[in-house]
Amino acid sequence: MSSLQSYLILSSLLFSIGLAGALTRRNAILVLIGIELMLNAANLNFIAFWRYGPNPEALTGIMFTIFSISIAAAEAAVGLSIILAAYRHSRTTNLDQMNSLKG
Amino acid sequence: MILAVLTVAGTAATMGLRNAVHCVLALTLGFTGVAMLYLQLGAQFVGFTQILVYIGAVAILAVFAIMMTHNDQPMDLPDSHSAWVAGCIVAVAVFAVLARAIVSSATTPQSQPQPAASVQQIGDALMHRFVLPLEIMGVLLTAALIGAVVIAMDRREEMK
Repeated sequence: MSSLQSYLILSSLLFSIGLAGALTRRNAILVLIGIELMLNAANLNFIAFWRYGPNPEALTGIMFTIFSISIAAAEAAVGLSIILAAYRHSRTTNLDQMNSLKG
Repeated sequence: MILAVLTVAGTAATMGLRNAVHCVLALTLGFTGVAMLYLQLGAQFVGFTQILVYIGAVAILAVFAIMMTHNDQPMDLPDSHSAWVAGCIVAVAVFAVLARAIVSSATTPQSQPQPAASVQQIGDALMHRFVLPLEIMGVLLTAALIGAVVIAMDRREEMK
């Protein structure tokens, strides 16, 4: 197994852990953190492909990762503020108890 | 290898621990592991950006949010068992599909020299080839900042 493949396996493992967290945790903040972990796995893929890809001097993988990290930061800020607003409304961050929009 | 174990242990602890604050502490460990992996791959700038943004901003923000939403009832009530099992099965299935695709794919095993990505090169690329995405990113971050403040603002005082 080549070095690139081991990085890809590690990244898919990170993705699966984030997915499992986002699916099983019932705290809204931890679900958001699980999504951040999945984004991190994607970034690790970008960097691994940049390192072992055919054209590393173009810096495309690095640029993708930098922009993706910025978007993840913006997403985390907005997501956490939405969770705070929802908590102020319903006094809970448990996703099973936030059911006031449920039909 | 050690870094991989560190990263996976940190992230798995993040998703497995009961106490939410402990989860975020484990999360910083996982993010540090990912940053070290970036450094190992030769992307110094991205590694340090990862430390600054994720550990410095996102994890701290998550701790603040957990503290502000903390109340007497236990943060993480015991999950319903069937949902937990279903989520784990989905995650394991996704990992199996991804791993099978990766292992069966034919990658050319070439040992290249470590590509250089100095900060100067990255700055040149950001200022010339990627200047429009950079500007758009600035607008996006400003909008997200204002939006986050507006959403999280307590409006009860205005009502009075």
